[in-house]
Amino acid sequence: MRNAFINRLSELAKNDKNILMMAGDLGYNVLNKFYDDMPKQFVNAGIAEQNMTSMAAGMALEGKKVYTYSIANFPSLRCLEQIRNDILYHDANVKIISVGAGFGYGSMGMSHHGTDDMGVMRCLPNIIIFSPSDKNEAIRVAELSVMTKKPAYIRLGKGGEEDIHEYLEFNIGESINVVKGNKVAIFTTGPIASEALEATNILNEMSISTALYTFPTVKPIDEEIIKKCGNDFDLIVTVEEHNIIGGLCSAVAEVLAMQKNKAVLRKIGLNDTYISEVGSQKYLRERHNLCSKDIVNTVLDYINLK
Amino acid sequence: MNSKTLACQIRKDCLEMAYLSKGSHIACALSIADIVAVLYSDILKFNPEDPKDDKRDRFILSKGHAGSAVYSALARSGFFDPEILKTHYANGSILSGHVSHKTVPGIEISTGALGHGVSIGAGMAYALKLNNKENRVFVIVGDGECDEGSVWEMALFSAQHHLNNFTIIIDKNRFQALGKCQDILKNENLKEKFELFGFKAMEIDGHSHDEIRKSLKVTSKDKPICIVANTVKGKGVSFMENDLKWHYKNPDEEQYKYALREVESEYDQ
Ligand SMILES: Cc1ncc(C[n+]2csc(CCOP(=O)(O)OP(=O)(O)O)c2C)c(N)n1
Repeated sequence: MRNAFINRLSELAKNDKNILMMAGDLGYNVLNKFYDDMPKQFVNAGIAEQNMTSMAAGMALEGKKVYTYSIANFPSLRCLEQIRNDILYHDANVKIISVGAGFGYGSMGMSHHGTDDMGVMRCLPNIIIFSPSDKNEAIRVAELSVMTKKPAYIRLGKGGEEDIHEYLEFNIGESINVVKGNKVAIFTTGPIASEALEATNILNEMSISTALYTFPTVKPIDEEIIKKCGNDFDLIVTVEEHNIIGGLCSAVAEVLAMQKNKAVLRKIGLNDTYISEVGSQKYLRERHNLCSKDIVNTVLDYINLK
Repeated sequence: MNSKTLACQIRKDCLEMAYLSKGSHIACALSIADIVAVLYSDILKFNPEDPKDDKRDRFILSKGHAGSAVYSALARSGFFDPEILKTHYANGSILSGHVSHKTVPGIEISTGALGHGVSIGAGMAYALKLNNKENRVFVIVGDGECDEGSVWEMALFSAQHHLNNFTIIIDKNRFQALGKCQDILKNENLKEKFELFGFKAMEIDGHSHDEIRKSLKVTSKDKPICIVANTVKGKGVSFMENDLKWHYKNPDEEQYKYALREVESEYDQ
């Protein structure tokens, strides 16, 4: 997903000299599309993310379309006040790219886990949050990010994600109905979508009619679809590789809470904890009950209870 | 184990860990192997029976991505079974890529985001002085890591407060993640810079055990200490030295065996 995003963005940058890629001394063999092919549109800010972020704001205010790029928390949490005061308050055209959503860098350790970024970003005014689920969504997000002048946070998987659906021309704020159904609706965002898709397929095979929606934009969230699903389905399950506080589940709950629903909400996410265990993305998902079987069990538990 | 033997062992362990785990950062670990070996053989006060022993010196690896070198030193100093080293990066292991205090006995502080460890170290040094404790605090920081503003904020504070129980060792291997430091952010004359910030600073050969030992024993009446250690990224394995790709790559079997032979023959001389 990361490479697909960068490839698409670099194509667009070839025709728009104002696009500028700023890296925090990262992107070996990934950003070469920029540093080799368009050296004038690439800046290595060094290992100095806070300065990078404020500088990006300054450049944007002078007419550049700046992308800052680093791993998980380095371009985001580390630079929180620079993002808030300099980018968002000044409405600067900066796009923050955070690579390694969730456990993308699983065995590197907690410093590299992107598991609370969406929540932190979501409570900042004037930010779009993109969280593509596969490479096709990432390609479209690259296009949308160039089209909008608004500041945005772009949360990318590190690579190797499964395709969830083909390329679609969705717009900012629109969810995507990947699988149709009428009893259970699964909402997901980011690389964990593959687990959600697998669970959806298993449930449908068990004759539990299950729909799947991805949310490539987490802010603004697709309120219309959430409200409609609240009315139409018996159960909504949110699935995210993120802390259970602040992310997709919170965003969905905030919308559902404003109306009377037929649906009940259940959540799959990290149980408000930091992860000290070592292991791959897959392993950490298993250890923390974020896998397709956990989603299926959540649905079955609800049905059996009823 | 004397420091030479330990340094050789650390290099061999790091190579094995990189080979088995297919993890990254082997060159970053080889670069600090000698400094870590001298610290654990001759300088640091520690107690493997009681990793939190009050009398211990505090050691922080601020460039946490070079964890394998410290994991090896800890295992070889009796903190845990060296067999565990083979599980670096593996599912269910205690040894994450970046050092973790939660799972590894002897690791003082979890790092991995650059530019934190140095400031935590200064905080510990300040508190130890407040508590009238004799313990020293040592931090290894990367030269690329010195891009981070926090490093310089730490420097201002440490000098202001006369943290003479605090020593930072800069692993000046002249490389960072996307290239040579001089091509990214020229941060030269580090010794002079730290001197101007109010440190007692010195520049040494970061692979000469005598020079490392001597510099780590330096004390000051009222200044924090900065050792600028000139090192080679990938030191000890000819094909890894000064080649950026070994920040990321891991050796295949042939490369691993060749590298082991080089490290061993260097030690025999
Ligand atoms: C805050 C932060 N930004 C970026 C990184 C990614 N990163 C890991 S190692 C590295 C280069 C570090 O260079 P240096 O400190 O010179 O250590 P060396 O690898 O050369 O030993 C970078 C940028 C990080 N770990 N933390």
